[in-house]
Amino acid sequence: MRFDAKYRGASFAELLDVDYPYLRPDWAELAAGLDLTQVPHGTTVLGFKYNDGVVIAGDRLATAGHRVAARHMEKVYATDDHSLIAIAGAAGPAIEMARLMRIELEHYEKIEGEPLELEGKANKLSQMIRQNMPAAMQGFMVVPLFAGYDLRRHVGRLWGYDMTGGRYEELDYEATGSGGLYAKESLKKAHKKDATREESLAMAVTALVDASDEDRATGGPDLVRGIFPIVNFCTRTGIDRATESEIEQVYRTLVADRTIRNGRDAR
Amino acid sequence: MSMPFYVSPEQVMADKAEFARKGIARGKSSLVIACDVGIVMMAENPSSLQKIGEIYDRIAFAGVGKFSEFDQLRKIGVRFADTKGYAYSRDDVRGRSLANAYSQAVGDAFTQQMKPLEIAIVVAEVGDDSLIGHENNAIYRVQFDGSISDHEGYCVIGGDADDLMDFLRTEYRPDMPLGDAVRLGRSALQRAADGEPSVGAENLEVCLLERDRSGRKFVRLASDRIRELLGE
Repeated sequence: MRFDAKYRGASFAELLDVDYPYLRPDWAELAAGLDLTQVPHGTTVLGFKYNDGVVIAGDRLATAGHRVAARHMEKVYATDDHSLIAIAGAAGPAIEMARLMRIELEHYEKIEGEPLELEGKANKLSQMIRQNMPAAMQGFMVVPLFAGYDLRRHVGRLWGYDMTGGRYEELDYEATGSGGLYAKESLKKAHKKDATREESLAMAVTALVDASDEDRATGGPDLVRGIFPIVNFCTRTGIDRATESEIEQVYRTLVADRTIRNGRDAR
Repeated sequence: MSMPFYVSPEQVMADKAEFARKGIARGKSSLVIACDVGIVMMAENPSSLQKIGEIYDRIAFAGVGKFSEFDQLRKIGVRFADTKGYAYSRDDVRGRSLANAYSQAVGDAFTQQMKPLEIAIVVAEVGDDSLIGHENNAIYRVQFDGSISDHEGYCVIGGDADDLMDFLRTEYRPDMPLGDAVRLGRSALQRAADGEPSVGAENLEVCLLERDRSGRKFVRLASDRIRELLGE
């Protein structure tokens, strides 16, 4: 406990920078000269608006070069009761960013006595990405999505970012990561804003399957190991994660449907 | 010519202690009571400047005395807890270590600074039945001179602390329902208010560390809920 601490504000990241710099990794320095094919990367995450709010989803595979680095990676994290971050890019710095973001929001709320507005949270993430710029230039790129339910306006909101911290509020859908482009193409055709939860789950799973079909670094559902993507719904009442059996059912229907279309019997 | 003179350390300490006690006695008391669903913390506080605050998942803070001083302590506590939880794990952030750190810091300020802090604080930690060995509640009190004590079931800080502690000693029962605990707390605060207008939902600050809540267990009760619990 320090009475002599220099930092007096409400940001946890700044507190670390000022008073506990040894707890802050210098990713740019760490990345310099590193073989990036040896570094695990998170691949595909997506988000879109639906009837009750916003959906945010991600596959589970982490890839280092052509190798599987992790099969169960979590890429979607709740940052508080009504907001979520989905991460893509270099896994280490990305997980760190998600964790810091969560603590940042909680810390601000405790110090100030009230939470940040949803837009304030999205903007805070911009600053974190901007701070990561030197590391991104060395190859430790982190490009997240941020989504939440705006309790002042009663609407789900979604933001995409670029590597410079540029923040873009999306009106419909967005995806990022190595398979992001394919997921986005899939959503472009399927997306409708007034979809139900059930329809949204199907859209999210289909988009992730489409991404894993085209992008070798993205993982589809793994029935052998029982690994399924993460699909989270964020609504007025909070965050609700789709169960594995729900996702499995959607996936099996999708596989059967596509098998028939390809001229073979689903059985 | 100025006269050099000697003041004994005893006298210096006694003067500082008297100064701090007087400062604390000017404000109202706060109290915490353990109940069946967790730990309830109460303060008579008609203003929006809060005396009770969340520190971490299972830990909360209550302060009395000079607002600027105990609120600074609260923020220091939040920084201490969040940094520790970030460097280690969330389960490593414990009330005892926080209370000890407060005790050191407040004690240092008492001996080294010209003016002692005019505050008393409580650190309360609710048990978590899902963590083996962390099931018990803990309540610590730190006084203006850094002296620290731990308390079973209930604790009071403020000018009327001694009287209200006696009152709670006779009235408190372990595992009392939340409503009973809140009504007991109100009677205690009313006792301290002594002839002042009645203590009710509109001038009570009530927070709860809820044992069965997952993650952050701190809840600030809205006045409707307080009114309901008081049976008003």
